[in-house]
Amino acid sequence: MLNIIGTWVAATLTIGILSFLYRDNPLYKVAEHLYVGISAGFAVIYIWSFDVYPMLVDAFRTHLSQRNYVEAWVLVVPALLGLAMLCRPIPKLAVLSRWPLSFTIGIGSGLGLIASVQGYLLPQVSDTLRPLVTVNNALMSIGVIATLVYFYFSREHKGALGAISRVGIIFIMVAFGAAFGYTVMARVSLLIGRVYFLFHDWLPIIR
Amino acid sequence: MLQRNIPLVIVFVTALLLIVAFFIPHRPFGDLESRFLNWYAIVAGFTFLLGIDSLARHHLIRVFRRTQGWFYSLMLVLALFVTLGLGLYSWVRFRSPFALHAPFMWLYTYMIIPLQSTMFATLAFFIVSAAYRAFRVRNFAATLLLIAACLVMIGNVPLGGSVWSALIQFLPLPVKWGIWFGAKLLAIAMPDPRTADFVRFDLPAAFKTWLMSIPQAAAGRGINIGLALGGIAMSLRIILGIERTYLAS
Amino acid sequence: MKLWERLATIDRRILYLLLALAVVLPLIIRPRTRIQVSEPVQDAFTAVDQLPPGSVVMISVDFDPSSAPEVQPMLIAILRHCFKKDLKVIVTGHLALGLPLAEIALSQVPAEYGKVYGRDFVNIGYRPGYVAVMVGIGRELRDFFKTDYKGVPIDSYPFMRSVHTYRDIGLLVDLAHGATADAWIQYAGGRYNVKIIVGCTGVNAPNLFQYYHAHQIAGIIGGLQGAAEYESLVGKPGSATLGMPAQSAAHALVIVFLIIGNIGFLLARRRKGG
Repeated sequence: MLNIIGTWVAATLTIGILSFLYRDNPLYKVAEHLYVGISAGFAVIYIWSFDVYPMLVDAFRTHLSQRNYVEAWVLVVPALLGLAMLCRPIPKLAVLSRWPLSFTIGIGSGLGLIASVQGYLLPQVSDTLRPLVTVNNALMSIGVIATLVYFYFSREHKGALGAISRVGIIFIMVAFGAAFGYTVMARVSLLIGRVYFLFHDWLPIIR
Repeated sequence: MLQRNIPLVIVFVTALLLIVAFFIPHRPFGDLESRFLNWYAIVAGFTFLLGIDSLARHHLIRVFRRTQGWFYSLMLVLALFVTLGLGLYSWVRFRSPFALHAPFMWLYTYMIIPLQSTMFATLAFFIVSAAYRAFRVRNFAATLLLIAACLVMIGNVPLGGSVWSALIQFLPLPVKWGIWFGAKLLAIAMPDPRTADFVRFDLPAAFKTWLMSIPQAAAGRGINIGLALGGIAMSLRIILGIERTYLAS
Repeated sequence: MKLWERLATIDRRILYLLLALAVVLPLIIRPRTRIQVSEPVQDAFTAVDQLPPGSVVMISVDFDPSSAPEVQPMLIAILRHCFKKDLKVIVTGHLALGLPLAEIALSQVPAEYGKVYGRDFVNIGYRPGYVAVMVGIGRELRDFFKTDYKGVPIDSYPFMRSVHTYRDIGLLVDLAHGATADAWIQYAGGRYNVKIIVGCTGVNAPNLFQYYHAHQIAGIIGGLQGAAEYESLVGKPGSATLGMPAQSAAHALVIVFLIIGNIGFLLARRRKGG
């Protein structure tokens, strides 16, 4: 019974969102606001059940029961940093949020620096520098270099630089066209999913 | 002064520790790195909650002041609190909010899924309309973009292969020989044992795979190398305290 | 000429209606469709297929309902493949709204193969701060995941006792709709050399071919077509295969409209020039 009610609720909300294609209307606005409210509530429950409870509350209790008092009380530090982060919207206390923000930015920058070099730059440059014995290898090397030259704006694109830059444009246009083709496929797939729900799960027209 | 300098020191020390721990993964650096990563996950969770407070306050003010559209704000606030209530109840009763029979899961299956997926499904209509109206072959670059897009769209669906299979049956013999010869040349560019099969059955798909793997990947790699270099420069600027825009309250 | 120019300015609601029909009619009629498998998908399939029975596969569910029609069929097909090969599966995720989709898949697929939670697969849940989690798992999984998503200690599951880092995982499967694929490749793949295959939406797929070419990932399953190809390899057609005729019709419609729009544009430009 709950599943039938749920299917009708889902269908109503689906049609509400799709009605925007004709024009903005109250049903669409209700669906839109419900979406924002439910998503916000979701985020809070998620953070409690997958972050705060297991990594702070439960971890603190476990350490205390195992008599690891140092490990337990050290958890107060990230808890305080997290609470300080929540002070950001309060004007008088916003300055407290600089410490946790700096901490997260420091971690992100440190990890990002290593990952950019080791995880992207070195493997990708290494793969570009292959012997030019096949058409594919030649195209790959030329394409990468020409694309990089196109985005080099410290000198005017004239002469040899201009010619290489124009080759770069060709590769970039092919990449953007391919991205567009894939994007069309992606968006149409989402529509197929919704249509299938409406005409199979809700109205049993599709067998 | 302290308000500015201590955050800069925190950024420098944490980033330096992670870099040192990469090269020296043993104690104490490795242990400190594990601890800091753990703390990062905890603090990142609190960051998620930052927007919720201002969202709830903004819409509650609209409801109390009865400004235009206050009914929709009321729907939003009610949805927020009902979700919180159902989520906590499900967590307490079923040990996880995502237990299959929990009310929270009902909310997810019959409200979140249709709302979020339909929001993005409407993009299909917009992309078709935008492509039809704005995608014009004004110059060589735009023509190239259009041709690449069409070839990828044809190659991404079985229709391309079906049309090709039907077409080659009706082609005259010299043309078929030409295709066979072209396939041999293509084998130099596409050293894949299935190339011959693809040319016979689904040339559009084979060409699409080659287009994605070589010219498209080359351009993407060039763009991303530029982005990676920029990211490295920005990371260094942040770590060394040259870039301080994140400190602005 | 005026007819062509009028065809270049069709009302958008007619376009929407034609697109809707192009999607609905093939779903009802269900024409037969032949799925040809591409090299990136074949390589992804082989990466799973080559694993010996009992190997551990970690599946990271990094998509949400906004891309579920494309990526959920991949998740179901990969789970079927893993269970058919008697592989052990660990499910995790980095998107808050994504893990329930994994729960939905895990409520359907394991029963088909007689697989049991805890013995054959485990859902360890979600932790925020995905970058830290990806690097942290390389040191010790239990730094972030001491319990599964229900709060049960993971060491109470026999096959999890021997899983500590990426070295104990045979393959990482990332099902992504955003930047997490790049993050897995750079943070986990680059640092710990873990073998990765990626299933992603059509929007992300173009960006992954550079990693595939550099052998940083072993395979790509891109978009609904990729999902249909994987389903055909597993031998159990699902919603992706069902959607391909509609996809074909929609793509044909888009191409026709692009051609019509441009013919009208070129004729109008010639008339103005003349």
